[in-house]
Amino acid sequence: MPDKVEFELVAPEALVFSAAADMVVVPGAEGDFGVLAGHAPLITLVRPGVIDVHDEGGVTMRIFVAGGFAEVTQARLTVLAEEAAPVDALDRGAIEARLDRAEKEAGAAETEKEKAAAEKEIGVARAMLGAIE
Amino acid sequence: MANLKDLRTRINSVKSTQKITAAMKMVAASKLRRAQEQCEAARPYAERMERMLSSLAAGIPEGQEAPKLLAGTGRDEVHLVAVTTSDRGLCGSFNTQIVRGARELIRGLRKDGKTVKILCIGRKGRDQLKTEFGSLIIDTIEDLSRPRPSYGEGLGIAERFAAMAGDEDFDVCTIIYNRFKSAISQELTVQQLIPFPVLQAGAEPGREEDTGPSAIYEFEPDEEGILDELLPRNLAVQVFRALLESFASEQGARMAAMDSATRNAGEMIDKLTLNYNRTRQAKITTEMIEIVSGAEAL
Repeated sequence: MPDKVEFELVAPEALVFSAAADMVVVPGAEGDFGVLAGHAPLITLVRPGVIDVHDEGGVTMRIFVAGGFAEVTQARLTVLAEEAAPVDALDRGAIEARLDRAEKEAGAAETEKEKAAAEKEIGVARAMLGAIE
Repeated sequence: MANLKDLRTRINSVKSTQKITAAMKMVAASKLRRAQEQCEAARPYAERMERMLSSLAAGIPEGQEAPKLLAGTGRDEVHLVAVTTSDRGLCGSFNTQIVRGARELIRGLRKDGKTVKILCIGRKGRDQLKTEFGSLIIDTIEDLSRPRPSYGEGLGIAERFAAMAGDEDFDVCTIIYNRFKSAISQELTVQQLIPFPVLQAGAEPGREEDTGPSAIYEFEPDEEGILDELLPRNLAVQVFRALLESFASEQGARMAAMDSATRNAGEMIDKLTLNYNRTRQAKITTEMIEIVSGAEAL
């Protein structure tokens, strides 16, 4: 059994991150879970939050994802993120502006769908703020 | 003999045409670069998502009620064919290639006694298909991809498919587009969207070692929950990918077409210029002979 897990993070715009790691902690829809090599096959929803990549005895990379899907197979972990950015690259001002805008949209939303979209956006922005705290 | 003035006008007009085609080539080249980047960047996501959905779908036991987007209606009578072309011409065989492929597909389906509905994405496809299949075209979506395809556009079309699938307006949905291979070559791609084509185990090399023969997934929260999220998203991503591929191909095709047009114009100018000089020379010679023979006659 390999002692490292292959981790791939893919966003719609690009393959964000691809490397082998000791452990990857993913914010699953029903709680965070760590993936090590040989994890049981699993498919889950991912909620907005931070993915921690553990390697060489410490956290080597922290990446924010705005929800998506994760698939664990014998060989690798694939995360399909709707949006992904390294936590270091997040900018507080921009996020606050985004939260503001989303809140306004939620207030002005007329249809059920618009409202759901805006609420999702608020959740993402809040999670982002949480990530940089 | 052609007169000099006509030739001169002709040369000038070819020259200005050449300028236009050269400019269009440059524009297409710069658009192509961006479109290509965007298109290639989007590929991994679409591929992974397809793979994930495949393994998810393969895990659904036979006979279980599956969502419509995944399994379709279970019949094979009404086919919806989405034909992705460009809105504008002057891009070589780009649209012709798509239309030819679509025509073959549609004729084949009709021969088998299926009902066909056509959704044209892009004006050119409708223009070329309406003579033969005018009554089958249910709608045309125009003015997409300006300045470039956006995910929202893909989502819009996908939602439309989803709504139609919900109303059982079709049994099988297929999209035809040009897959971008390189700036000068595109590959006609026919992709079935609904029902979702589940890759058979072993059909994809490398898949087997991944999961093992008896991969049983755990699901969080549960299978239906994930499918409900994943299916519409996958549909949107696949449509979006088709738009991106088609857009990049269009730019590539236009660049190639304009390049050869510019070259042809150059050849034409050379030929006309030669002709012009010859005519001028001939005229001078004639005049000289006239003067000399005039002088001799005195």
